[in-house]
Amino acid sequence: MTLAEFRGIKAATGEGGRAAEPVHRQGAHPGPAEYIKIGLTLAVITAVEVAVYYVDALSDVLVPILVVLSALKFSLVIMWFMHLKFDSRLFSTFFVGGLMLVAALFVVVLATLGGALV
Amino acid sequence: MTGPYPEDLFDIPFTSVSAFILLMSSVTMVLALAAVQRGDQHGLRIWLLTTAFMGILFVSGQAFEFTEFHRQGLSLSTNLFGTTFFVLTGFHGAHVTVGILILLSLFVMAQRGRLTQAESLHVELAGLYWHFVDIVWIVIFTLVYLIQP
Repeated sequence: MTLAEFRGIKAATGEGGRAAEPVHRQGAHPGPAEYIKIGLTLAVITAVEVAVYYVDALSDVLVPILVVLSALKFSLVIMWFMHLKFDSRLFSTFFVGGLMLVAALFVVVLATLGGALV
Repeated sequence: MTGPYPEDLFDIPFTSVSAFILLMSSVTMVLALAAVQRGDQHGLRIWLLTTAFMGILFVSGQAFEFTEFHRQGLSLSTNLFGTTFFVLTGFHGAHVTVGILILLSLFVMAQRGRLTQAESLHVELAGLYWHFVDIVWIVIFTLVYLIQP
């Protein structure tokens, strides 16, 4: 049983316990060829990240470039390899909700203790 | 703050190769999942073992890096950088190690014929753990190694 199938099964409901039926329409997982394409894309982005690090002319915009590239890699992995793109939106909501909580905690800690830490 | 500082220690080409290996291990992990979902037991075993091997390479690289940094005078108590660096990357390395043990356990199950298409959920859950470890390193590699003060 795949996780998609596991999540898609609703327990028998109603009197007499009718046959289980899917709660969500789950998209099929990608195949090996698509996974390899995503892997190649990730490899290229990593190469660009490291190349950008060594270009002195880009030193003023290094941080935003690296953050964007990193976010792109992060998104590709969670959407394709962790299948959030193909799963119920509920799981994406949990994932993004968790990230927002972490970001909020990070901002609060830095705002509170940032001066003392540096 | 007393040294050594990040710019004295970091070997970006070396860590880039480590980061690349861990990133590519996510590809082999999903290939293992695709294999078990289509009932390809041989492919499952190959990709699980490849993923575990890449994880071992990554952890070995980290052990080498830790040893080298310590030799150059950085420890947990040297300065704030040493404390945060070793705690952050050390905890990550511990999680990768746990992931390797999970992968090797799955490999043994597959060898014994106890990881069939019907039990592919085990591989999918292990994969979610492995990818999570990978995305954490994506963030660490950028924020700790590439973006320096």
